[in-house]
Order: sequence, then C-alpha cells, then structure tokens
Amino acid sequence: MNSDLIIVGGGLNGPALALAAAQVGLSSTVIDSLPVDTREDLDFDGRSYALAQSSKRMLAALGLWGDLAQNAQEMTEIKVSDGRVGDASVFLGLHFDSAEIEEGPMGYMLEDRYLRRALLAAMEAEPRVTHRAGETVVAQDCDIHLATVSLASGETLSARLLIGADGRSSGTCARAGIRRTGWSYGQTALVCAIAHEKPHGGVAHQLFLPPGPLAILPLTGNRSSIVWSEKDAQARAVNALPEEEYLQVLRPRFGDFLGDISLAGQRYAYPLNLTLANSFVAPRMALIGDAAHGMHPIAGQGLNAGLRDVAALAHVIAHAVRRGEDFASPLVLERYQSWRRWDTASLAAATDLFNRLFSNDSSLLRLGRDLGMAVIGSMPGLRRGFIREAAGLTGDLPDLMRK
Amino acid sequence: MGKVMVTTVDASEVAKFEAMAAEWWDPNGKFKPLHMMNPVRLDYITTQIAGEFDRDLNHEKPFEGLRILDIGCGGGLLCEPMARLGAQVIGVDAAGGNIPVAAAHAAQSGLAIDYRHTTAEDMAAAGEQFDVVINMEVVEHVADPQAYLTACQQLLKPGGLHLCSTINRNPKSFAVAIVGAEVIMRWLPKGTHEWAKFITPDELYGLITTAGLTPVDRKGYVFNPITWKWSISDRDLSVNYVTAAVKPS
Repeated sequence: MNSDLIIVGGGLNGPALALAAAQVGLSSTVIDSLPVDTREDLDFDGRSYALAQSSKRMLAALGLWGDLAQNAQEMTEIKVSDGRVGDASVFLGLHFDSAEIEEGPMGYMLEDRYLRRALLAAMEAEPRVTHRAGETVVAQDCDIHLATVSLASGETLSARLLIGADGRSSGTCARAGIRRTGWSYGQTALVCAIAHEKPHGGVAHQLFLPPGPLAILPLTGNRSSIVWSEKDAQARAVNALPEEEYLQVLRPRFGDFLGDISLAGQRYAYPLNLTLANSFVAPRMALIGDAAHGMHPIAGQGLNAGLRDVAALAHVIAHAVRRGEDFASPLVLERYQSWRRWDTASLAAATDLFNRLFSNDSSLLRLGRDLGMAVIGSMPGLRRGFIREAAGLTGDLPDLMRK
Repeated sequence: MGKVMVTTVDASEVAKFEAMAAEWWDPNGKFKPLHMMNPVRLDYITTQIAGEFDRDLNHEKPFEGLRILDIGCGGGLLCEPMARLGAQVIGVDAAGGNIPVAAAHAAQSGLAIDYRHTTAEDMAAAGEQFDVVINMEVVEHVADPQAYLTACQQLLKPGGLHLCSTINRNPKSFAVAIVGAEVIMRWLPKGTHEWAKFITPDELYGLITTAGLTPVDRKGYVFNPITWKWSISDRDLSVNYVTAAVKPS
C-alpha cells in the first residue's frame, strides 16, 4: 500500500482533504493531471470565491488562513436586485447585512490564485502528503479491501480509500460506473477582475438580468470580481471582443455606482452546467466537490459546498479512526453520503430554480420575484436565516467548521 | 489429485464464510440495526477503556498491551476495532457458526484476532484472564445472569474493566424493543428478546456487585427516530443502556 488515501484531483478540494486527513495521521497521495508550473501560474484560473464563514474557519483549522487573510476581502453586505440592462435607476430588491447576525462578516472574497498556491505550499510542507503532479489516472479497481489505480506512466498505486476530486467530468466517477444526472444551462460565465474608481465598501451585488445573473464581488483594493452569465453564443462573442468593446458591453449592466471601470486582469469563460453524481460513494471510493455535484455559480456556493464535503468526510473518517473502525469501509462512507448528498442536491436544485426564475424578462415572473424579495426583506427572522445560510452556519457543522 | 481435491474444498468453505462475513458487515443488510448502533457502542467502549487505563485515543495504537475478551462476538463488529486500536483480542461466541465467519473477515481485514467457539464459564474454568471483558447484549439471553456475571468477574485481572450492556425492563422497553424493533420495524427476528429477561439498571448493578465487581458508570443508548441516529445519554436509561465496572485490585 502506497498511502492511506489516493486523491485524484489537485485542484482545491483534493489538497484540502489531504491536509485534513494528515491531521488525523493518515497519509495521502494527490494525483494532479496538471504540472506544478501551471498551478503556480498567476493567470491560470481567474475565478474568485465567496468563502462562507464556515469555509474560512476550516481553512484556519488547516493552518492556511494566516497567509490567506491579507489577500481576502471581507464581505459585509449582499445586495440583490432585479434589473434590466442599462436600467440602473432604482434599487429594488433585497439587502443582507452581516451586522444582523453578530458572527463577523458573511464571508470573504478570495482569488483562486492565492488559495491554490497556499494549498500547494501546505502540501509541500506536510510529510503525510505526496503530491504527484503531471500524472493521469487511466484505470482504477476497488475491491472491498483495497483501491488500486494505474497511471498513464505505467505505475500502479494502491490505498485503502480512493477519492474522486477531479471535477465536473470526473473520470473517477465514470470509472466506478456511477452515472450522473444533469443538464447544460446554455449559459457561459464570463469572469474577470474589474478595477473601479470608488471603494466597494465590502458590498457584494447580485443583479438579476434577463440574459443571466451578474455578480459583482468585492476584492482587495478598489477591485471587484465579476461573474457575468450570458447565453453561450453571446458570451463567446463578448469574450472575443477587444478590451474596450468588452467594457462597453459590460458598463450598462454593471452600472456606474462604483465610478468608471477598467479590466484588472485576464478574462476567462466557463460554460455552466448542473451535474450530480447518482451516488457519492462506492466500495473504497468517495466523490467530493464538483465530482459529486457541479452547480450553477448563482449563489457562489460551489467551493463552499466542496469544502463542506471535505470537512464532513474528514469528520466521519477521524471519528472512525478514533473508535477503531475501518475508515474506508462502506459503513463509514455511507455516513458521509447520508450527511452530504441531500444537502448538495437541494442546494443544486435551489441554484437551478433561482437561475430559471430570474434569467428571463417575463413580466409575470418579474412581479412574482419582486414581491418575493419584498416579503423576505420585510421579515427579519427570515432575512437573518438567509444570512446565516449564506455564511454557512446552518445545519450540522463538521468539526473542522466549528469555532 | 487428492491434494487438489482438499484444496478445492477448503477454498469453497472459505468463500462461503467470506460471503457470510460480507452479510454481517453489509451496512444495509440484516445486521443494519447493529451497524446503526455500533458507533455509539464503540464510543462508549473506547472512552471507558482509555479512561481506565490512561490511554490517549489520538495515538496510533492506544490499546497496545491490553488483552481484551469480547463475549458474544458475532461477526467481529467489536473485536476488529479493538484489534485495530492495538489490543490483543479474543472473541468468543456460543454460536459456533459465527467463528469461521468472523475469522474469515478478520483475515480479509489483515487483523490477528483469536476467535473461539466457547463460553465465558468455560474460559473462566480454564483460568484465562483479561484486562477488559466486553459483554454487550448477552446477559438478557443467559439462563442464570448471576452465575454468568460471576464467570465474567473471574475472567478479569485485578483492576480489570467490565463493560456490560442490556435492555431495561419497563413498559417503554416492551413497546420499543419488542413491539417496535421486532414487530413493526422487523429489525430483529420475532422472539429475539424475551421481555421478562430484561434487567433494570439497579438490578444489573446488584448482580454486578454480588459478582464481586465495583460499578463505576452507566449510560443510556437513545435512538432518535427523527435524525435516525443513536446517541449516548447520561439520564435516559429507559431502553438500551450500558454499564462499566472494575474488579478491585
């Protein structure tokens, strides 16, 4: 046996799980199809994440937050509004303020480039983690006692538990014979960092526009990250435009509340789909993050849900090890699945519903959603419920996400 | 030729026992109720042993050096965790059919566990002694609980720990353990339990004390039908409960 765990996928959730497993004395081999240079390249992935309070607690528990904090922007308010392109006249919608729940900010905006580098450095420093970059898995075999994978290089590795952390088109999931449910949204998310004249004050904006939602999320300094969803063809056309013309399309959507805007980095495009694995576990195998559940980024919950998988799986494994159970047995993996599968499926369904409800210009739906927002906004209990939900403080919290 | 025949027979026997072991260890199989309860049983057992023998459960093999006997070991659901935590484990069962099944699973798991088809009384008569005797859900099935618990006491080294669980005797336990578990949920075959043989916590403390042990702790196992989970309770010993007692040094 090469290690206790083999983790396929070197993105964010896989390395996070390797670090969490190391804390309970388990060794991991992380197999990443990308070379280290690619992950270290500042421009490799332009996404930013809205980390919920619970996710931040977890990164702190893994010893990563100290270095990340300086690049994280506190998010203290979220404003949700229903609009039309070029019509920024009235703010009609919802306002969530973290001051209402006394748990600190609702979350933190953090750029992928900082998070992935922190994870790389932490893996490097952890003797229980072996990082195999630039390697691809071509075959896997799990019996009731052992998980074995074959690499493209011809090498064979074995472990007690195989983890699929290899994203929306997870090969680990497919090789295990687990089918997926889902569909494409016909939308692509355009992502980039925007520099603006005025300070954002830590406020995140979610604008619902008929072609698709636009999120404006505060980064450090006078910068914001945008997640701008458009229909596929339109998104391709916009992304191909030269910089100034791209901004010309963006400006009427973005509005002028932050003054003049300009691009503060490269532009990226991510096609959007919903994809749920029909099972999160199989003998000696578990799926985490997007490999288990890829969802619409509308509420910014993808990474939070993935980190919650990691925390929940690490929790059931840690408790199993302490009581002498076989931590990779079906008994233990079933506890992980029953903890996470319903939660993530309902989250994916909620993002799907919101996207459908808001990505159109039907006057009837517009009336309905504006009424809905007015109702939520006028009920403090319900509003605080949403804030706690957004901060990731509801439900059964795994050990790593508790204070 | 004859040798090949013998090997084939052995292999098919092993395969049969492995299949039966797979049934014992299937989380959704016929032992599902036991698997649902097992984490809280193990939490209690490991915490009590760690406390009594001053072991740190965060260490890799915290029970190294301890000799543990599990009476009524079944498929080895408690023996295997104890062995994984470093203990030297002997599992006994009066039902001989369980022994090769438990042994087959331990071999597959790479654990060295000594399984024997025998009884507590015979082990005591042979003069065997242990640091810990695990005695889970057995006492309500034996003909003479006092004689049985006395044998358990003899099986302990001075300063040894006795962990014993059973089911309380009251209207609620009749409703839950017999009507609920056997008739409605069919978690257990009908006739698994005889209500009149259930023992109240005070009666068990009496039996344990008469056997020559000093009771030190008792807790309830409580099933929550909403969360579908078992938990340990300080106060609610109304149905399933567990006790810890030590043999005076």
